[in-house]
Amino acid sequence: MSSRVSPWWALSLLLLSVSPLWMGCSGGGDASSSSGSRPREVELLHVSYDPTRELFEAVNERFVARQREQNVNVTVRMSHGGSGRQARAIIDGLEADVTSLALAWDIDALVREGQLLPDDWASRAPEHASEWHSSPWYSTIVFVVRRGNPKGVRDWGDLLRGDVSIVTPNPRTSGGARWTYLAMWGWAHRQEGGSDATAENALRELYRRVPVLDSGARGSSTTFARNGIGDVLLTWENEAHLLLAEHASDGLEIVTPASSILAEPPITVVDRNADRHHVRETADAYVQFMYEDEAQEIAAQHHFRPRDEAVAARHRGELPQLELFTIEEVATSWAAAQERHFGDGGLFDRISERRPSEAAPR
Amino acid sequence: MAESRDQHARERPHGLGLAVAITSIALLCLLVLAPLAIVLVEGFADGVGTFVEAVTDEATVSALVLTLTVVAIVVPFHTVFGIAAAWLLTRQDFRGKALLGTLIDLPFTVSPVVSGLLFVLLFGARGWLGPWLRDHEIRIVYAVPGVVLATLFVTLPFVVRELVPTMEAIGRDEEEAAASLGAGGWQILWRITLPRVRWALFYGCVLCGARAAGEFGAVSVVSGHVRGETNTLPLHVEILWGEYHTAAAFSVATMLAASGLVTLVLRSFLERRVRASKRAASAAADASAAVALGEDTPMKGALS
Repeated sequence: MSSRVSPWWALSLLLLSVSPLWMGCSGGGDASSSSGSRPREVELLHVSYDPTRELFEAVNERFVARQREQNVNVTVRMSHGGSGRQARAIIDGLEADVTSLALAWDIDALVREGQLLPDDWASRAPEHASEWHSSPWYSTIVFVVRRGNPKGVRDWGDLLRGDVSIVTPNPRTSGGARWTYLAMWGWAHRQEGGSDATAENALRELYRRVPVLDSGARGSSTTFARNGIGDVLLTWENEAHLLLAEHASDGLEIVTPASSILAEPPITVVDRNADRHHVRETADAYVQFMYEDEAQEIAAQHHFRPRDEAVAARHRGELPQLELFTIEEVATSWAAAQERHFGDGGLFDRISERRPSEAAPR
Repeated sequence: MAESRDQHARERPHGLGLAVAITSIALLCLLVLAPLAIVLVEGFADGVGTFVEAVTDEATVSALVLTLTVVAIVVPFHTVFGIAAAWLLTRQDFRGKALLGTLIDLPFTVSPVVSGLLFVLLFGARGWLGPWLRDHEIRIVYAVPGVVLATLFVTLPFVVRELVPTMEAIGRDEEEAAASLGAGGWQILWRITLPRVRWALFYGCVLCGARAAGEFGAVSVVSGHVRGETNTLPLHVEILWGEYHTAAAFSVATMLAASGLVTLVLRSFLERRVRASKRAASAAADASAAVALGEDTPMKGALS
């Protein structure tokens, strides 16, 4: 019976159905150089972390204009996402020519897991910037409070008072939250009689006051501003400014503590990808451009703290002075911090045990 | 479903039936209509200008083009694949048939995020095929082919699962009669089978297309989120939202909501057609079981 109906047509249908698949497949089109007066076409893929869209949109526009003067037509493609996740994507094959992430540890992962760039990447900046760990600008962790600062939060110590409710993301998933965690740790350590024990206690008290532990900075901002949860939001300085602009009518205020951590989000060429795509020269120029006045000015306008003294001086009013301590001072290095604080069974795991509720990871 | 609710209403016009009806309508409003309204309201919150700006933005347009491209590849693929697979499942007996059915249902049971990760494990730089692909300059994950593959995977069951019950209801009789009269495989497909299942097929395609356009989880894992290149509309909405462009996010979301509404309308229309064709099929099957197989029966099916 059904043997009369040949299965061959089913097979040919199946084969036919596979064919459109290959239409979608294409090799990566790379930049090719051409001689003569025609501009050279170069495409860069820059993989970055979350709150840098406006910053790099503005920077890219200037960089493209600059390159055009040299008869090079550059297109900078952007990808944004959580810092750790973007690092993972690059390791798994997202072919970034340039990457800027929230913390050096995530770029170290590219070296460790994928051998995508040399391990001295952090000291490759221009000569005058060799001490900047490949971060052309820096930022810090500040507080956002509600209109009139009803809880009177001025510094890290005020966060540990009984009735203050705090919103900050989960340090296991968020780069900004790691800076926050280390800022609290560093502050407690630097107090009179500060020690590992007092710092540990301060962190325990801090996270005890966090009703919702979101997975990222934006999630925490939403929890705080839209859902009205918490008295204080701990976040990136530039993120705080973005939030204030977005919720202008709510009268949120930024409180800059007397001291906080020096947060250095680095940017670097991903050597192996840039070389393979034959865009090394442009990628290098792009990263160099970040250290120049023009890009420094744009960074300042987007509430990052420029390294350039002259540019920083122009924006002193918007960027209040505070004492900044480095991660090396408070935790030796990212590798040490990772092992001691954020790894499985690390200090964060231990102090956050028996938490009443934890937001599901997204 | 609507039918059985009508029956209940007829049986008990008051009391429990009414309470159930009110509760379900209230729930529907709360869970479906309210969010839909919010999308519209928020989309236009900053005025029509922002809305127009958001939906004509270069990144939005490219996300739209990618989404449509994906749908344009995925739906034809699954139409063809669905017919072939449904035919195998309902018209052939072979070892491993149950396994084939289970495999086709697999995307329903696997979380989309996990299916996305499967593709990264397979095609990623450190995946099984990664080094080979890199040596041959073929990019799958974090490029358009990866987005297409992930969408193909999660939409696999839709057409098949719509076709199988209808083809089962139709039965084999007419096709076998046609075969005994000398019709070839293609002829039977075009003249007998497809005309009888066309509404179910169309319905399956609509569901498949809607899911393909709206898929987030699997696509998010393999996309790489390159603006203007591998961002689909749902990813673009999430990114806009994550960048404090709330009104823009909702403006773009209205495009997805609109396609969802079109799907709903098509769905209610098609559902009726599918049910009618199934009823007709089983009636015909009953009739042909009662009457001895007449010579003109298969042709009647093809002409009607």
